[in-house]
Amino acid sequence: MSNQTITGKAYVMGDDIDTDQIIPAEYLAYNPSDPEERKFFGMYANIGVPKGQRGLPEGNTPFVPEGEFKTEYTVVIGGKNFGCGSSREHAPLAIAEAGAKVVVAEFYARIFFRNCVNGGYLLPCESVERLVDEIKTGDEVTVDIDGGKITNHASGKTHSLHPLGDATPIIDAGGVFAYARQEGMIQ
Amino acid sequence: MPKMTMTEKIFAAHAGKTSVTPGENVWVNVDVLMTHDVCGPGTIGIFKKEFGPDAKVWDKTRIPIIPDHYIFTADGKCHRNIQILRDFVKEQDIKYYYDPDFLDTDEGSGMPNPYRDPTKTNYKGVCHKALPEEGHCRPGEILLGTDSHTCTAGAFGQFASGVGNTDAAFTMGTGKTWLKTPPTMKFTFHGEIPPYLTAKDLILAVIGEIGVAGATYKTMYFAGEGISSLTLEDRMTLTNMAIEAGGKNGVCDVDQKTLDYVQARSNRPEWEVFKDDPGCNYVFEHEWDLSTMEPMVAKPHSPDNKDTARNCSDVELDQAYIGSCTGGKITDMIMAANILNGNQVKIPTFVVPGSTEVHQDMLTLGLDGEKVKDGEPSVYAALEKAGCTIGPSGCSACLGGPSDTFGRLNEPKACISTTNRNFPGRMGHKEAGVYLASPLTAAASALTGKVTDPREFVSEPILTGSAGVL
Repeated sequence: MSNQTITGKAYVMGDDIDTDQIIPAEYLAYNPSDPEERKFFGMYANIGVPKGQRGLPEGNTPFVPEGEFKTEYTVVIGGKNFGCGSSREHAPLAIAEAGAKVVVAEFYARIFFRNCVNGGYLLPCESVERLVDEIKTGDEVTVDIDGGKITNHASGKTHSLHPLGDATPIIDAGGVFAYARQEGMIQ
Repeated sequence: MPKMTMTEKIFAAHAGKTSVTPGENVWVNVDVLMTHDVCGPGTIGIFKKEFGPDAKVWDKTRIPIIPDHYIFTADGKCHRNIQILRDFVKEQDIKYYYDPDFLDTDEGSGMPNPYRDPTKTNYKGVCHKALPEEGHCRPGEILLGTDSHTCTAGAFGQFASGVGNTDAAFTMGTGKTWLKTPPTMKFTFHGEIPPYLTAKDLILAVIGEIGVAGATYKTMYFAGEGISSLTLEDRMTLTNMAIEAGGKNGVCDVDQKTLDYVQARSNRPEWEVFKDDPGCNYVFEHEWDLSTMEPMVAKPHSPDNKDTARNCSDVELDQAYIGSCTGGKITDMIMAANILNGNQVKIPTFVVPGSTEVHQDMLTLGLDGEKVKDGEPSVYAALEKAGCTIGPSGCSACLGGPSDTFGRLNEPKACISTTNRNFPGRMGHKEAGVYLASPLTAAASALTGKVTDPREFVSEPILTGSAGVL
């Protein structure tokens, strides 16, 4: 929902984080429609990101601790072209399954953005400025969707977000199926 | 009437409107929806959850299901996923399904044996190659697929784009989707394609120019007499990689070559040809002269990390890979075979036909794309004799896959590949370095063990006849 305020720890990655990094192809054999198998997408979320890029600025920080299903990070920060590459919906699903609620990137690859919105997995926010250099992995942040801002409690700085735009009604409804029902397009 | 592009006209026609403008969100009727073994089970799960356990698909003749990703692996989950597709096909009476019909799976390893005769299997291989082969691609239509390289079909003058499972499930039940009308970028190529270049060099030059996000949310229109001079298969290489620049779709104009192909293959009798209005609006234009372009590579780890093959001549390679929807078509195989014929590869070289039809054509066609003549080698024989290891059709190591996948990079090696992505870990190991290149450059490099400009091996045009068309 676009009227949310989300507070939690940030996990920071760089530019061109592609869906093969978010969930490598070898894990796609799990069926996301099976509740037991679905958990594994959380376990392997962001596991393909090269070590030095995992949890900037230091790197070498896994998004999900090895052998666990959930992350301590609620807000994912990315740079340019977040979610590029494959159309696999397993990518936003994996990040959400691990427990994150929102991604804040400079901009998205279109299929990733669409999958976030239509599947209702994650709020795909766009920052006005580059946040990769402003926020550190582990910083406590608050994303205020309606207010159009993200506050970094570690630095005390607040940064603007672009409005969610045309996708807002679908995000508010909770995904494309809920939206289509609300509009009377499907039963 | 506003002046419109091909993509805008297709959107308007499918939205029941006289015109649309870039940025406009429209609900459109979808003509064809494709899914495969990786995204099919998830799509089917969402379809059943949202429309109910007894729901029927919107049109059982418009949902081709093409298993291709994880086929020849011992991973039981992958076999289970194919069974989910089979059960759904049976339940819904889906008309077009291409089963890998496993032969006597090895009991010890659990590895299924591939088809023995490519003409005697329903299995096809890579969905983007199988879609046009099996008559699912036509000008003017809207094709969606649960795979980002669905944009390949834009070579046939249609709108084709990749979607996720939720989108696919929605279309599966309703025949509709919402789309934002993309603005169009125009890339014009002048001149004729020279013998040492393929469409792969052109698209690597384009992506290198505009970057991996250079066409985000946009249509990439490939125009000019240089595109007319390409085979349909080579045009598919261009549109296939539109997604590597972030493009929503890629398109080429419809010409006699397109019509010949579609008339020979389409499983429906009618289609509509759209073209850009003179004076329509492009948000970006760039022109190239084919006579001055060079064989290109994309260096690790991004498709926009462009360089000329010539500049990389000191790069030592451990492996070569010729395959995928981008670089595993019969014309790609003929290109590679002409360089490899009579020579020996210096590094392990894996060849994967893009489809069982490609596999069969490799056995029956000669190095000129015509039926193989007595005393001359087939494409298959030439590659095999040169020392290549040839696997069964499928996506195979292009996207890594399970660890027992044919040709997968399980170690941090350097590989030259005719595939479309070289992100970290894409072909297996996270520290492996993948150089994307044309089949000519990959074959030349296989012979030397270093990245090699194919001009060292090619001077005459390589003919492909009607290979891959009829």
